[in-house]
Amino acid sequence: MSPPFTISFEARDIACERGGRTLFEGLNFVLEPGGALLVSGPNGTGKTSLLRQIAGFLPLASGRFSAAGAEAATPIAELCHYVGHLNAAKTAMSVRENLAFWADFLEGGDLDGALDAFGLAPLADISAGLLSAGQKRKLALSRLFAAPRPIWLLDEPSVSLDAASVKRLDAAIRGHLKQGGIAIVSTHVPLKTKFAQELALGREHAA
Amino acid sequence: MISLANPTRFLSLVGAVVPWLTAVVVILLGTGLYLSFFVAPPDYQQGETVRIMFIHVPAAWLALFGYSLIAIAALGTLIWRHPLADVAAKTAAPIGATFTFIALVTGSLWGKPMWGTYWVWDARLTSMLVLFLLYLGLIALWQAIEEPGRAGRAAAILALVGVINVPIIKFSVDWWNTLHQPASVFRPGGPTIDPSLLTPLFVMAAAFTALFVLLHLIAMRAEILRRRVRALQQTQVARAAMAEA
Amino acid sequence: MALGFYLIVIVIIPLGLGPNLNLLARIAPGILWVGLLLAALLSAGRIFESDYEDGTLDVIATGPLPLPVVAGAKCLAHWVATGIPLVLLAPVLGLLLNLPLSAFPSLALAMLAGTPAVSFIAGIGASLTLGLRRSGLLLALLVVPLYVPILIFGVSSVTPYVSGPNSLWQPLLILCALSLASIVLAPFAAAAALRNALR
Repeated sequence: MSPPFTISFEARDIACERGGRTLFEGLNFVLEPGGALLVSGPNGTGKTSLLRQIAGFLPLASGRFSAAGAEAATPIAELCHYVGHLNAAKTAMSVRENLAFWADFLEGGDLDGALDAFGLAPLADISAGLLSAGQKRKLALSRLFAAPRPIWLLDEPSVSLDAASVKRLDAAIRGHLKQGGIAIVSTHVPLKTKFAQELALGREHAA
Repeated sequence: MISLANPTRFLSLVGAVVPWLTAVVVILLGTGLYLSFFVAPPDYQQGETVRIMFIHVPAAWLALFGYSLIAIAALGTLIWRHPLADVAAKTAAPIGATFTFIALVTGSLWGKPMWGTYWVWDARLTSMLVLFLLYLGLIALWQAIEEPGRAGRAAAILALVGVINVPIIKFSVDWWNTLHQPASVFRPGGPTIDPSLLTPLFVMAAAFTALFVLLHLIAMRAEILRRRVRALQQTQVARAAMAEA
Repeated sequence: MALGFYLIVIVIIPLGLGPNLNLLARIAPGILWVGLLLAALLSAGRIFESDYEDGTLDVIATGPLPLPVVAGAKCLAHWVATGIPLVLLAPVLGLLLNLPLSAFPSLALAMLAGTPAVSFIAGIGASLTLGLRRSGLLLALLVVPLYVPILIFGVSSVTPYVSGPNSLWQPLLILCALSLASIVLAPFAAAAALRNALR
C-alpha cells in the first residue's frame, strides 16, 4: 500500500537551548533512505528535545534540518510521525474512531492496515478509555500505519509494551526501513533493528 | 551563555547611567514638588485640591507609557527574539501597574471633594481601572509560568492582544459613560488649564518619567542577574545528573 | 455544565436583591450578559486542555492543517457547544427576571452577534494558560478585561427596549464588528500561544 520512500534526512550543526542552558550543540548526522538512528543518553540530556526539534515543536538554537528526495518540498514536520510519551488517544471515542480521525487528519487512509498492525482489530469498537496502558500505547503506534509518512520519530516507543508487542514494534520499524523510510528512535530497550548510527547525547556533543 | 553576551554590555551601561539618572530624578522631583505645592496658585474653583492633579496626570501618563512600552517590547520578544526585550517587558509591568494604581488613588482622592464620593464611574477612571486589570493579568501570567522563555512569549502575545483592545475598551467605556451620564464632568488636563499650572505639571511629568526609567533600569538589572543565577543552577543540576549516570 | 451555572447565577441574584420586579426588569439585560460571560468562561479552559494533556496537540501540529485554522475550529466548536445553548437559555432566564417580552428579540440578536467574540477571545486565554496550575482563575483574570466592550455594547443593545426607544442598531453593529474582528485575529494569537505551549 505505502509507496517506497526516497527521502534522505540531514541534520547539520544542531544546538538546543532550554531555559538559557545549552543541552547539546554541534550535532551532525545524515540518514539515507532506509537509515535508522538510535538516540541514547542519560535522562535530561535532550533526547526528547531533539525529537521535538525535528518535529518542529522546539526551535533550533542553531543549525538546520534538511530533507532531500521526492517529497522534499513538504515541510519537515509534515513528513514526520511523532510518537512521544503521550498517546493522543481520545478516551470518549472507540479505537476505530481514534484511528479513523488520524487517518483522515494526516491525509492517509489505510484504516484496516492500521488496526491490524498492532493487533487492535478485535478491539476496534471498544472505547479507548477502557484500554490498558499497553493497549493505548499500541493505539498510538498504530497511527504510524494510518497515514504513510517517511520519517518516524519514536520517543521511548516500547514503554508499557509486553515482550510480544515489542517484537511487533521491532518488526514494524524494520518493515518501514525496508520501504526506504527513516526512523529516529530513542529507547533503552535493545531492539533487533539494525541502527545505521547511534547518537549518544550527554557524553560528548558530537556523534 | 551566548544569549547573555548582549545583556552584559547592558549591565555595564546601567551601572554607568544609574548614579547620574538618580541625581536627575532627585533634582526634577524636588523642583516639581516645590513648584506644585508652594509656587502654583490654588485654583479658583477647585482650591488646593488642584495640586493632586500634579501627581495624578503624570501617573496616568506613565500608566499608558508603561503599557505601550510592554507592547513594543512584546514585538521585540516575538519578532526579533531579543533577550533584553522580555526582561524589559516583565520588569515594566509592576512599575506600570504601580503608576496606574497611583493614578487611580489620586483620581479618587481628587474626586472626593469634587463629586462628594471616593469612587465615581467616570469614563477616565473606569478605563484606568480596566488598564489596571490588564496589568494584573500580565503580571499573573508571568508569575504562573515557570520557564522564563515560555512565560515571556505568552505574556508578549497577551500584551499585543491587550494593546489592540485598549482603544476598543476606551471607546466602549466612553460610550457607556455618555449613555448613563449625559452631563460631562470636569476634565483634568483639558485645554482650559491656566499657564501658571502648566509649568509645574510639565516638570512633574518629566520627573515621573525619569523616575520610571530609573526604576525600570534597576529592575532590569535585577532580573538579568536573577536569570543568570537560575541558568547557573540548572547547569549544576545537569552536571550532578551526569555524574550519577 | 455551563447551562447549570448560568441558571444558578441568574437565580441567586434576585435572591440577593429582593423580588422587586421593576428593579429586576431594569437590570435584567446586565445580569443576563454578566451571567453569560461567566458561564462561557467556566467551560473555556477546556477548549484546548484535553488535547494538550493527552498529546493530541503534538500530532495535530505535525498535520497538514495550519495551526490557526485548528485553533479557529476549536473556538467555533466552543461557540456551537456552549455559546449557542447559553443564548437559547437566556430568554428563559429573562422570564425569571421580568424582562419585558418586547426586549426578547433584541436580546437574542445581541447575544447571537456577541457570543462568537466571547468564544474566540476565550480561546486566546485558554491557549495562554495551557498546563498551568489554577489555570481557570488565571484565565478569568486575563479574559474578563477583554470582555468589557462586549458587555457594554451587549447590554446597550438591549436596554433601549426596557427604558424607551433608542438607537438599537449602532451597538448591535459594533457587536458584530467585535465578533468578526475576533474571528479573524484571535486564531492567530491562539495558534502562537499553542506553539509556545508545545515547546
